[in-house]
Amino acid sequence: MKILLNGAWRDTAAGELSALLEELGLAGAVVATAVNGEFVAAAVRAHATLTEGDRVEVLAPMQGG
Amino acid sequence: MLELYGTKLESRLLLGTARYPSPAVLTEAVRAARAEVVTVALRRESGGERRGEGFWSIIRGLNARVLPNTAGCHSVKEAVTTAHMAREVFATTWIKLEVIGEDDTLQPDPFGLAEAARLLCAEGFEVFPYTTEDLVVAERLLSAGCRVLMPWGSPIGSGRGLNNLFGLTALRAHFPAVPLIIDAGIGVPSHAARALELGFDAVLINTAIAQARDPVGMAAAFAQAVEAGRAARLAGPIEPRDLAEPSTPVIGTAFRG
Repeated sequence: MKILLNGAWRDTAAGELSALLEELGLAGAVVATAVNGEFVAAAVRAHATLTEGDRVEVLAPMQGG
Repeated sequence: MLELYGTKLESRLLLGTARYPSPAVLTEAVRAARAEVVTVALRRESGGERRGEGFWSIIRGLNARVLPNTAGCHSVKEAVTTAHMAREVFATTWIKLEVIGEDDTLQPDPFGLAEAARLLCAEGFEVFPYTTEDLVVAERLLSAGCRVLMPWGSPIGSGRGLNNLFGLTALRAHFPAVPLIIDAGIGVPSHAARALELGFDAVLINTAIAQARDPVGMAAAFAQAVEAGRAARLAGPIEPRDLAEPSTPVIGTAFRG
């Protein structure tokens, strides 16, 4: 299925957000996630089901002013 | 001593962490500035290279308190979601709330800012709103639950210093007990000293230090300016006058009368 990951379309076999992070090599990484504009806490990623066309944001610490 | 949401701080110089030539220079600059609070952000990470973790370990090594921002957010929804994400990643309820209303000046959208502040304060966030010197907006942010305000000096990264001295002075006079931090537009240490002399509680500097030819030297210069400005404020500056007033006593002046 296709999802919009960080603004770019991507094919994924992941059924849940936690599986997507594993697929990306980001399992256990210091990242925060949102699906369709709503924050998804790390604790509930395993239950966050992904569906076709979902907009997923994966954000990490970065320099800021 | 500066107190922000119950946290006492010795330093009145807050530092942004962006645009430094290298992580090593950033680390040295934070030390030279004697900064106790540094701002950080969240950005997209899609690959497994985990760039964010490298940066985060550098920041943790600084032993400074982090103030995450919502930079780049243009709507209430984006800012609120970013704040939630930042709270989890950085494990803090502090959030520097930016809701940008206009891209040329990066000035805040006061309507979106007030609404986002209301939502986040109600959830227990300790909100540092990036705002203008507008008194009505400031009132609105305080009624939303903000206990610190961050008015701009001039547009972010412009280096133009305190653009509206009258407005900023009025803001300081109107809210004598609210911690006010000048957030943007400071270009040189004299701008920072001026802000502290006018009674502002602190300044947040990023570009002026990070993009200086020698960021570490500039960080030290800003630290001195902030200390000088604060000391001057406490010492009570004289009122400006339009005409001269002799400093040497006139009584007993030779060759007169």
